[in-house]
Amino acid sequence: MTALLDVRGLVTAFPGPEGDLRAVDEVSFQLARGEVLGLVGESGSGKSVTGFSIMGLVDPPGRVAAGQILFDGADLAQADADTRRSLRGRRIAMVFQDPMMTLNPVLRIGTQMTEALHAHVQISRQEARARARDALGLVGIPSPEERLDGYPHEFSGGMRQRVAIAIALLHRPDLIIADEPTTALDVTIQAQILSEFQKLTEEQGTAVIWITHDLAIVSGLADRIAVMYGGRIVETGGIEEVLRAPRHPYTRGLIRSVPSENTRGTRLAQIPGVTPSLGRMPAGCAFRSRCGRADAACAARPGRFGSLGAYHRCFHPHEETLA
Amino acid sequence: MDSKLADTAGIAAAEEAPPPARAWPAIRRFFAAPSALVGALGLVAIIAVAVFAPLLAPQDPYDLMQLDIMDSRLPPGSESFAGLPYHLGTDGQGRDILSGIMYGLRTSLIVGLASAIVAALIGTTAGLMAAYLGGRAETAVMRLVDLQLSFPTILMALMVLAILGNGVANVVLAIIVAEWATYARTARGTALVEREKEYIEAARCLRIPGHRVLLRHMLPNCLAPIIVIATMQVARAIGLEATLSFLGLGASVTQPSLGMLIANGYQYLLSGLYWISFYPGIALLLTIVSINLVGDRLRDVLNPRRAR
Amino acid sequence: MITTLIRRAIQAGFVIFAMTLIVFLGVNVIGNPVDILINPDLNQAERLRVIQNLGLDQPLWRQYLGFLHGLAQGNFGDSFVYGRPALQVIAERLPATLELALCAMVIAIVIGLPLGLYAGLYPERISSRLIMTGSILGFSLPTFWVGLMFILLFAVQLGWLPSNGRGETAEFLGAKWSFLTRDGLAHLVLPALNLALFKTSLILRLTRAGVQEVVLQDFVKFARAKGLRESRIVLVHILKNLMIPVITIIGLEFGSLIAFSVVTESIFGWPGMGKLIIDSINLLDRPVIVAYLMMMVVLFVSLNFVIDICYTLLDPRVRLDGKG
Repeated sequence: MTALLDVRGLVTAFPGPEGDLRAVDEVSFQLARGEVLGLVGESGSGKSVTGFSIMGLVDPPGRVAAGQILFDGADLAQADADTRRSLRGRRIAMVFQDPMMTLNPVLRIGTQMTEALHAHVQISRQEARARARDALGLVGIPSPEERLDGYPHEFSGGMRQRVAIAIALLHRPDLIIADEPTTALDVTIQAQILSEFQKLTEEQGTAVIWITHDLAIVSGLADRIAVMYGGRIVETGGIEEVLRAPRHPYTRGLIRSVPSENTRGTRLAQIPGVTPSLGRMPAGCAFRSRCGRADAACAARPGRFGSLGAYHRCFHPHEETLA
Repeated sequence: MDSKLADTAGIAAAEEAPPPARAWPAIRRFFAAPSALVGALGLVAIIAVAVFAPLLAPQDPYDLMQLDIMDSRLPPGSESFAGLPYHLGTDGQGRDILSGIMYGLRTSLIVGLASAIVAALIGTTAGLMAAYLGGRAETAVMRLVDLQLSFPTILMALMVLAILGNGVANVVLAIIVAEWATYARTARGTALVEREKEYIEAARCLRIPGHRVLLRHMLPNCLAPIIVIATMQVARAIGLEATLSFLGLGASVTQPSLGMLIANGYQYLLSGLYWISFYPGIALLLTIVSINLVGDRLRDVLNPRRAR
Repeated sequence: MITTLIRRAIQAGFVIFAMTLIVFLGVNVIGNPVDILINPDLNQAERLRVIQNLGLDQPLWRQYLGFLHGLAQGNFGDSFVYGRPALQVIAERLPATLELALCAMVIAIVIGLPLGLYAGLYPERISSRLIMTGSILGFSLPTFWVGLMFILLFAVQLGWLPSNGRGETAEFLGAKWSFLTRDGLAHLVLPALNLALFKTSLILRLTRAGVQEVVLQDFVKFARAKGLRESRIVLVHILKNLMIPVITIIGLEFGSLIAFSVVTESIFGWPGMGKLIIDSINLLDRPVIVAYLMMMVVLFVSLNFVIDICYTLLDPRVRLDGKG
């Protein structure tokens, strides 16, 4: 069975004063139908840009400079603008981080939902409205009929994110890219949204790329995980294996910096230093400036060690499982 | 230990000598834009022409003895009765247009500068006082400012001239009345930001006299935006003066500004004698554009949010 | 909403009241009221009689009340020049000025908005840079001089368009309009273009700045993520967000157009209020001057009031604030 999404050697570059800066640097991963991939990394690691590259929504002057984005066998990186537009929202949808900013403040919720329908299917206004109303009901918004006539500012943050999710689910897409959709919400709301999102995508068999910096979310949600640092995937694999026995020192550092019951009373480990900006990444392994295991070998660029589905990029990987 | 001491000394030295260190890059950055260079050069040339008009002008256009009615309405490039060239032609009284422009620039620049400077002084003082005093005084001043800014400048100027009558001095006054509010709002805005900062609080606690807080701390901080506005405002004032003069409300006939010169040519326009209005207009345009280019660049350089 | 409305109305009323005070004091204290209100051609005996008639021997506060009383009835006295009530003289000129200002506004919007939209969406293109350079010129060019050059080029050299007056007019809604006849329309072109010049640049720059701010917003990206066509994103999502600031500006600037029509009307001999006030200042026709000033004050205060209301209606967020 072919993968739903097969990203190969994706490079997304932004022109800088001294040549191109690679926000996404030779990223490769695969995603099967219905699978959930957790794309984890700090801010600036290139995880969001990866998502936008798949959507075809990289802000100019940035561009996809190399690589393939095979969606259902067709390369999106080569597709023309109209083809990409017809896929967006219909087969690949996206939910953004900040629900306060994603809805247009001067348009009614109903308008913003039905226009997404009209963009892809020929249906009557009444039918579009009915479908929008049903979608709002589906994501747990009470009295959806009246809410269609409301403006975004009349909704709470959590409710707005539900609306955004409802819009993303309108066309029952094959893939949803969720770019930290719960980060901006209160913790209790986070949990609600998370579980409903999970339920809906499972029911509809939607594959999900869940972009986050929060390992805790990914551990409960994802089938597989990909950890990004400095624009590259430094480690990927099944969620259980990676969390149990992380190979890359950065993955290990991330996991150990999450407080859990096991670590209570002990000092939380932290990764020393700060993420260098894009233009200041060291050559070779990008993490070596902060890595305790780095040596001369790390000045070379680490290749992929392992299979396409489960690999890491480290010359000195950890072998042992986490305590 | 020694090197550390040297380091500290170096830092201290650097801190003590900031003016040249900071001013030079700012000046260099200013001229980094070609438009700013063009504007600055143009402005210098225009000011030089205005200042040295008596030396440069072929004729003293205010001296009636030098005018020859036989030479009136000659097209550009003609020669005078006495054989002197009129590069830009002559007007209805046989006045050399080029000389008229040179002298007219003086009136225009003086009116523009005087009104902009006085308006800046009044407006900045009012704005700073409002910000410093707060309370009712602030509300009163700012209400007045809002009220004024809701009326277009030309209407304010007309109002003043309608009450006071025509004349150059009244035009200057009209421009001041029309423009002071802009300065007041800006000065208060920047001073308000400053007022909330802790050192002002500290200065008050130390019972440092109010005028010192105002002059030493609040004034320097709003100087940059005020300078930018004042630059632009000189251009606006010159334009406004020209407009009012054109409408017959402004400068005296004996010392015409550029606006008056243009107005004088109006009656000849329909018979195709374009040069009487055209060239003074070009001079006015070049003056305004030069000032605006300089002001535009000043804003970019002095505004910390825009600076890179 | 209603409370906001009432509060704004009271504020507007207060401003008008304050302006009556300023105009009254300006006329009666700074200027000489005898000069301003009495025809200078009268002899001494007549003067004294008129002074008594006008109540100028009364204390200032009583005079002010009289002024207010006249104001409330729209009575500013008779024009010295026309010998008819000043307000009536002005009102006759109102349609001409309104027509000119409206035309200029339409031109400014029709040219400025699309160009600003274009320059904002594609700031890197050479055509956009040309547009922006042009708009700087539009700001710097002295309007009255451009008007003269229009006359020189289109009326004198090319002979395409007339340069003076309103041309033939047609009656509509009890007033005379130029735009209803071919000849009138030809007379309208140059003055309207001239008056529109500055506002076109203004609307253009504001629109561009607005577009550049809006396109960076997440909701535009989200609209793209929904697979909307670019035309819908620009015409609905971006434009609708721009409308709030742009309409505010259009409203505010409409008043300023009426004020600045003073210049254009003088150049093109357009028989509107602007030409009237300049003539009146030059002829010292004081009742007309006072009536004009008070009318402008009322106009601007009501304009600001109307804009406030429009603003509230357009922006759903403000509406909520008003309720709370």
